[in-house]
Amino acid sequence: MRNTIISILAALAAFSLASSASAEQKTLTVYTYESFTSEWGPGPKVKEAFEKTCGCTLNFVSVEDGVALLTRLKLEGDNTKADVALGLDTNLISEAKATGLFQASGIDTAAIKVPGNYSDDTFIPFDYAHFAVIYDTQVVKNPPKSLKDLVDGDPSQKIAIEDPRTSTPGLGLLLWVKSVYGDKAPEAWAKLSKHILTVTPGWSEAYGLFTKGEVPMVFSYTTSPAYHMVEEKTDRYQAASFSEGHYIQIEVAGMLKSAHDKDLARQFLTFMVSPAFQDIIPTTNWMMPATKTSQALPEAFGKLVQPANTFLMGSDEVAKNRQAWIDEWLSAMSAK
Amino acid sequence: MLTAAERRRGLSYGAITLFGVTLFVAVAVLALLAWDAGDTKARLFSAYTARVLRFTLLQAFLSTGLSVLFAILLALALARQPRFPGRVWIVRLMAVPMGLPVLIGALGLLGIWGRQGLINDMLAMAGGAAPISIYGLSGILLAHVFFNMPLAARLMLAALERLPAEYWLLSCGLGMRRLSVFRFLEWPALRQVAPGIAGLIFMLCATSFTLVLVLGGGPAATTLEVAIYQSLRFDFDPPRAIALAFLQIGVTGLILAAMSFLPAPEETGMTAGRSVRRLDGQGWAARSGDGITILLATIFLILPLASIAAAGFKANLWTLVTSPAFLKALWTSLKIAAIAALLAVTASLAILTGREAVADMKRPGSLARSFSAALSATSALVLLVPPVVLGTGWFLVLRPWGDVAPFAPVLVAIINALMALPFVMRVLAPAIETHRRRTARLSESLGISGLARLWRIDLPVLARPLLTATSFAIALSLGDLGAVALFGSNELTTLPWLVYSRLSSYRSHDADGLALLLAMLCLSLAILGTVGRREVGHD
Repeated sequence: MRNTIISILAALAAFSLASSASAEQKTLTVYTYESFTSEWGPGPKVKEAFEKTCGCTLNFVSVEDGVALLTRLKLEGDNTKADVALGLDTNLISEAKATGLFQASGIDTAAIKVPGNYSDDTFIPFDYAHFAVIYDTQVVKNPPKSLKDLVDGDPSQKIAIEDPRTSTPGLGLLLWVKSVYGDKAPEAWAKLSKHILTVTPGWSEAYGLFTKGEVPMVFSYTTSPAYHMVEEKTDRYQAASFSEGHYIQIEVAGMLKSAHDKDLARQFLTFMVSPAFQDIIPTTNWMMPATKTSQALPEAFGKLVQPANTFLMGSDEVAKNRQAWIDEWLSAMSAK
Repeated sequence: MLTAAERRRGLSYGAITLFGVTLFVAVAVLALLAWDAGDTKARLFSAYTARVLRFTLLQAFLSTGLSVLFAILLALALARQPRFPGRVWIVRLMAVPMGLPVLIGALGLLGIWGRQGLINDMLAMAGGAAPISIYGLSGILLAHVFFNMPLAARLMLAALERLPAEYWLLSCGLGMRRLSVFRFLEWPALRQVAPGIAGLIFMLCATSFTLVLVLGGGPAATTLEVAIYQSLRFDFDPPRAIALAFLQIGVTGLILAAMSFLPAPEETGMTAGRSVRRLDGQGWAARSGDGITILLATIFLILPLASIAAAGFKANLWTLVTSPAFLKALWTSLKIAAIAALLAVTASLAILTGREAVADMKRPGSLARSFSAALSATSALVLLVPPVVLGTGWFLVLRPWGDVAPFAPVLVAIINALMALPFVMRVLAPAIETHRRRTARLSESLGISGLARLWRIDLPVLARPLLTATSFAIALSLGDLGAVALFGSNELTTLPWLVYSRLSSYRSHDADGLALLLAMLCLSLAILGTVGRREVGHD
């Protein structure tokens, strides 16, 4: 037993020594979510491109998702190591502002073009996508043409959705239904619940069920078919275009008050809305770029659903009502 | 029977472990409670909480009951047929579900039982009967039986195999019928381990999260663990998370305490170590009955695994195996799993030594008895503390000291070790207690003690349970995603984390391939855990 304790202490010491050997060079620490920094995500290319221009080291620290990112910052408070947080979504902005950890960067955002009249001086968009129902063309011959169509349609046509209690796409669908149905949302959910095969804790589980062929429709993004068209060369999975319009997810980044090199943080945010960064986004993060790219997007992106109308609720409104709407959702869904 | 020094040592080992485990949990909980997060935003015990609690307990009761029932049938059949073809491989396969990340297991099950699964395909071919849907309580039960029944069957089989060979010889000589064999031999052996196993499975099912959501079909199927995760990760409401965690520990703990009051018969059989011959399993009826049981269980177990393998082989396995990302994740996973297993086995041995020291006292006082009870309870209840609470709490503790990332591997290993502790205890406790009853008096009268006793008396018998326990702990740690997800940093990528990472960037083929590699790793561990099964005993 004593030996075990000694070896644990030794291991702890070794780990902490290894970390303190940091470089002399300027470094920028960016907190983000895991799929951004994964081998296939934008992270590695962004790091390479930015380090070429900044004469610095760019360090990514990744957590599970955008929500975990905000939680992490709340836990760390003023002495966070983060200079920039990248990957919050618009629904989290109100809460993120309430922490008082962020500061407006004042960079030029004129080039940014995202649907939904979004503007904010602190949180700068770097990509976006509309939520959409993705369907398997081999199974679903008549995809729903509107949210109402989906709600009132054939209940044997199943869909997998995400849980608004644990995932951001799940919250997106909740807000979409609320935007379209308003006070009638509970009735809509009660009807929709008959189509819902299952409610998964996150996007990965739902999309896994979908690609395994277990369910012919899944709640995802308008950009998901681009992945299958570009990487797998198949048109099999398509997004259903809904006539009411689509709810949007805009991903944003912000600079922290405690950033130790604010000029470098600003430089990164400026780089983020430049073509060098934006060119990387579409085929690695599978989202739409927030500003013009230097080259045209791959052909597949031209075939994606372009929503006629964009829904986006203010983040204060979302923060205020989220719990009540989730409760409403819970009772409507549990009644079946 | 122990010398005074031995007893003192045993007590102090137990005390150190108890102190360590309690401290690790308490520090995390206190750190979270001390965190100034303002008042909780939601009412703690609403109708929602009550409904969630009811569902948590209902599904856990049913899952446990079914798992234990099927496990008893399977263990009896396997014990009766020691020469069943491929038996050792069936036993090895039984260790694989434990090491699988739950989502992978769920996808494998859906490949068989899902809407587009094998069963529905066969039904459709047989005449277009309405497709069966497992979403809901039935899906949750199916998955919990798939993950837990093999574990229970393995532990029960071990209990049956510990019965002295002389018993079987005697039962045959007395002409005991099947029912009498069950009543006088098998049932007492099973009854000794069953409450512990049932308690373990109950905890696993009560704290189940991903399986319940994915297969539950909707928010009507929600466990407390989901609510805890939600309040800590999504709402960041630590007081609520802690309150729910206490509710989970309290209610489940009460049920476990009730279970532990079931009387367990004392096992005292001595054996000369001859090898077991089950003459009662040699009749035609017994053979075919057991054969069918074993076959059905094997099919139930192997089909989802085959579905995982079939998906995995579609991936480019060679590219995956040689990719730096895989090798790095494998190395990280193995390191963490090895530390976790070492810690879990060491802690279990310390706890058992402590309990033994108390049991050895002529007149243990109430203090000693409650110490022994605390040792047992700690090792069991630690599974009920949600990893998300431990992780977040320790994050808060370590934060003022600088970067938390370097400590993450150690913390993950400790959390994994705590999770594995109850499993390891279930393997080691009965084996060691039986062994002590059989050898303690003799060793003492022969004056064998210390290293000599360890080497000549203990190791030859205990090597196998130790190996099994170690392989259990490694497999559990390998398949665990929960603890890692809390710290998730670029430096700390384990295999399950890599599987999820590939899934979240659309690379589902890679994820399938990685899942297969992980399953094969667990199978090789199971082989390690069953090494030397044949070498025990002599005629």
